[in-house]
Amino acid sequence: MNISHEWLARFVPHGRDAAAVRDLITAHVATVEGFERLRADLEPFVVARVVESERIPDTKLSFNKVDDGSGTLLEVVCGAPNVTVGARYPFARSGTMMPAGFRIEKKRIRGLTSNGMLCSARELGLGEEHDGILALDTDAAPGTALLTVLPLGDVRLVIDVLPNRPDLLSHLGVAREIAALTGTAMQRPAELAALGAVPGAPARGDDQVRAAGLEVRLDDVADCPQYGAAIISGLTVGPSPDWLKRCVEAVGGRSINNIVDATNYLLHGFGQPVHAFDATKIGGDTLVVRRARAGETLVTLDGTERKLDPSMLVIADAAVPVALAGVMGGRASEVTDATTKVVLEVAQFAPRVVRASRRRAGLSTDASYRYERGIDAAALGEMLSLGAALIAHVGGGRVDALLHAGSAPARRASVTVRPSRVALLLGEIVGGDEIGRLLTSIGFACEAGSAGALDVTPPSWRHDIAREVDLIEEIARLRGFDRLPDTLHGARPGTVPDHPLFTAYRRVRDALVAEGLHEVRPLPFTSGRAAGPDGADLVRVSNPLAEDEPFLRRSVLDTLARRAEYNLNRMQGDLRFFEVGTTFTAQGRALPREEQHVGLLVMGARRPVHFTEAQPPAFDEWDAKALAGTLAAAAYPGAEIAMVPGESPILWRVQAGGVVIGEVSRLTLDAPVWAKPAFGVEILLGEMPSTPVAGRGGHAHAAAPARSRAAEPVRYRALPVTPTAEFDLALLVPDAVLAAQVESVLRTVSGPQLERCELFDEFRGAGVPAGSRSLAWRLTFRHPERTLREKEIEGRRTLVLKTLEAQLGVRPRTA
Amino acid sequence: MTLAEFIAALDLLAAEAPARIAAAADLDAWTEVRNALVGRQSGRLTDIMSGLGALPKEDRREAGQRANGAKAAIDDALEVRRAALAAAAPASGPTIDPTLPARARWKGAVHPVSLVIDEVVEIFRELGFTIALGPEAEHAWYNFGALNFPDDHPAMDLHDTLYLGEDQVLRTHTSPVQVRTLQQYPPPVRVLAPGNVYRRDFFDPSHAPMFAQIEGLVVDEGVSFADLKATLAHFARRFFGAGTKTRFRPSYFPFTEPSAEMDVQCGVCSGAGCSVCKQSGWVEILGSGMVHPAVLEAAGLDSERYTGWAFGMGPARTAISRHGIPDIRILYDSDVRFLDQFTR
Ligand SMILES: [Zn+2]
Repeated sequence: MNISHEWLARFVPHGRDAAAVRDLITAHVATVEGFERLRADLEPFVVARVVESERIPDTKLSFNKVDDGSGTLLEVVCGAPNVTVGARYPFARSGTMMPAGFRIEKKRIRGLTSNGMLCSARELGLGEEHDGILALDTDAAPGTALLTVLPLGDVRLVIDVLPNRPDLLSHLGVAREIAALTGTAMQRPAELAALGAVPGAPARGDDQVRAAGLEVRLDDVADCPQYGAAIISGLTVGPSPDWLKRCVEAVGGRSINNIVDATNYLLHGFGQPVHAFDATKIGGDTLVVRRARAGETLVTLDGTERKLDPSMLVIADAAVPVALAGVMGGRASEVTDATTKVVLEVAQFAPRVVRASRRRAGLSTDASYRYERGIDAAALGEMLSLGAALIAHVGGGRVDALLHAGSAPARRASVTVRPSRVALLLGEIVGGDEIGRLLTSIGFACEAGSAGALDVTPPSWRHDIAREVDLIEEIARLRGFDRLPDTLHGARPGTVPDHPLFTAYRRVRDALVAEGLHEVRPLPFTSGRAAGPDGADLVRVSNPLAEDEPFLRRSVLDTLARRAEYNLNRMQGDLRFFEVGTTFTAQGRALPREEQHVGLLVMGARRPVHFTEAQPPAFDEWDAKALAGTLAAAAYPGAEIAMVPGESPILWRVQAGGVVIGEVSRLTLDAPVWAKPAFGVEILLGEMPSTPVAGRGGHAHAAAPARSRAAEPVRYRALPVTPTAEFDLALLVPDAVLAAQVESVLRTVSGPQLERCELFDEFRGAGVPAGSRSLAWRLTFRHPERTLREKEIEGRRTLVLKTLEAQLGVRPRTA
Repeated sequence: MTLAEFIAALDLLAAEAPARIAAAADLDAWTEVRNALVGRQSGRLTDIMSGLGALPKEDRREAGQRANGAKAAIDDALEVRRAALAAAAPASGPTIDPTLPARARWKGAVHPVSLVIDEVVEIFRELGFTIALGPEAEHAWYNFGALNFPDDHPAMDLHDTLYLGEDQVLRTHTSPVQVRTLQQYPPPVRVLAPGNVYRRDFFDPSHAPMFAQIEGLVVDEGVSFADLKATLAHFARRFFGAGTKTRFRPSYFPFTEPSAEMDVQCGVCSGAGCSVCKQSGWVEILGSGMVHPAVLEAAGLDSERYTGWAFGMGPARTAISRHGIPDIRILYDSDVRFLDQFTR
């Protein structure tokens, strides 16, 4: 909402400068987010005092010495007749840009140098009168900025009005707050003093009224509780008077003509949207407020033809719609230069129907914005008289009749506020007297209720007061949030345990960052291509931002792959990403199944270049497998982690405690030829349930889990006191046999004294027959109580070899 | 073997040993000498000792004592020589240029938005807050209805919403976690709820369709606006520095009443006004307010007995201003050259 500081002061003569008003509004009402000096062009002008003045013979000019505060008297030639020694005038130093768009330069006139200009009101754009330079009624020191001594140039305050306070969408509404905050009485703006009287009370009717040949009918008072109309004739459409132009321009509008400007004055001044129809364009001398009929159309003032339907409310004449009610008038009945008679609409439309109409039309206007949020319905009659008188005044016409169908709403129900509750909620005692005084200052009616409470009736312009707490907010803000105490008190510990997914996220993140990976937080939208041809369980956003990425991802790796391609496009091929993020899987009409996943992607150099290794090796599947192990261990502490071979492109499925939690895969990217292979790991961190916790208005406290205890502690095992015995096995393994199969035999056959079983070599080539490879393990044994005998170890070795040969066809390499 | 023979062998060894030890010219030679004299596998002393079992039982005790005495003497001499050799030996191994760089490893990094979340979590943990989470795909009721949003009201226009279907949305704020938490756990509740939220905002330098938010919620008996102010002002001083000034402005959120935005004094201009703070001297940090009784009632709580306060802040905005990041999209692009700037 744009508020003119000058206009505001005509409603409430608060005597404060614009910056003080801005601070007051921000601290107590709503945030002022813009502060624009409309005469910023006058900032370079200063106050100057004429020290000497003599006439230049045979001219109208004078030669003056002027003190501009610079310390040197300046010689200035002036053409005005009224230069007076000792007086102060606005002064433009050489180099100053004038409002008219030219620059004051040092120049020679009749052999004399003129260093600047003493200015008239017209030259400063302050008025038309031109009887000489502008004498300033001030004793400010020469050199003082002109704007600090003259209340020149309005300031526009841009207020961020939130949906609960539509009453602030006018100068009147903001003025009410300023009046309360400064203790200043409100007044009727001076420009309205010249308005003529209007002919008495309007003709009234419930849903139908007729006067001066016009009939107004309301189809449904639920859509339109009140409709006022004024018939004004004998008008001349033309330019607005200066004061009206200034009002319109001060709030950022453009002056159009006297009639249109007057309607804007009512909107911005008083918050009442009004509309002027050319009375001769209304067919059948009838205005009906009704729902549009299917198939009807309307060309609105902006020249767009709009298709109408019964969700929209229109003003129609006897035959066709002439306006989209509360949103915009129609082009056909627009006021033009030829208009001499108008029907002025001053109406109240239901917020919901205006909201529906403007959404359907895709057209938000100053009027619809106010109607959607709610206007002051009780003021409608007053606005009708004021509007009629204003238009008659600025257009030189007369008011023929006023019509008012429907009626103002009943007085609102009162809300009770208890001082004890105020104290509890704000943390400070506010007396009943003060509560009453504060609320009364902004138009609330307060009566003493029972037990020290106050029964408070909100004014007709406030639609946001339904409960006690709404009043407590008013009390808090009027006193000022900054006045409230802010002592930090101790608090009882909460009952809510840390969410396990958050602690798991932290563990996983620490582990992967330690492995040299970068955390990323990309967008989770996807084209769905990666999901394969079916894509059946992908979740689609109903109103996606981009039609080529309408889905939510089912896999974090899908996102990471796209981020890798983004980097490859920028010639970055050494990538190590991870993300802990959400995936979505459709579940019919229910909310999607939501899981927290960890994805990681590696490609390119395994480590930075070092002088011992000019070309570091690239990440391979073994790195991916190791990272998967690290990740799984961090995500599932204490669980046994296993990697089960998968089918291409999946290299391994990751198991924790025997359950598959994810996979390691080779990724197919849209990659340039120089790119190294990419590997990905994705595991499930946990499910995020979205089923309701309890019914609406209910809770499930009885079932609340207690704060989680620490995991099962590690049990101490006695440190070994006996020596180990070990032997190596170099084996010829046929290609069909997997290392894991051999190792499984080694572990089962070796018995409980096997302490470690480590693969330390894989070899193909000389000495190894084709179709086989050599694999070598070191087996380490220990008996908890005694030294193992050589014979026992030898026996174990023999048994292992025998079993390997029998079960897998694996033999010792040297045998 | 007799005891006399045994002793003679020991004496011979004791006589030879000092000269052989002294002759060891370096540590390798010393190791050989030691193995030859007292090595467990093939040392002379071990050989002699192996004869112990063949002595008559009554002689074994004396033989053992003499053998131990001989070993102690040889061990002492060996140790003296080893120390001398070690002191004299030059630094071992080939010479290196110690100014060459260490073997490098990739360094990982936490995302700058996560860094801000970490810091906020840290500060509120000191005040006894725990972490609550909730789903990103939400029932419209949890996102709007339970939070006192009037149906079909302009308040909804503040949240341009991505819909998943009838009555299902991508949550537009983390506030649904308030209601879920209050339904699940009885007061006192002191939680922080970080998470991603969604808006139907097109990507531009200052808007993103998904961004992180941190929700805070306190509900108990006797909780007041003064507690809100005190806690959030404390947070601001911990987060931005001890002298940080704060101010609270009236605002509007359907789920809090009274509602207030908290600003901190602009750190760039110290309140004088600059381009960072749009000449206001203040920078908006978070929205807050007393939990609306309708929200407590939606979670089945007695709104006369319990009161509470809540806040919500956007860590991305803080990250951007803290690091001087000119365009919010950089946070999402995942360019490795950007991520690398946050390695630790
Ligand atoms: Zn600043």
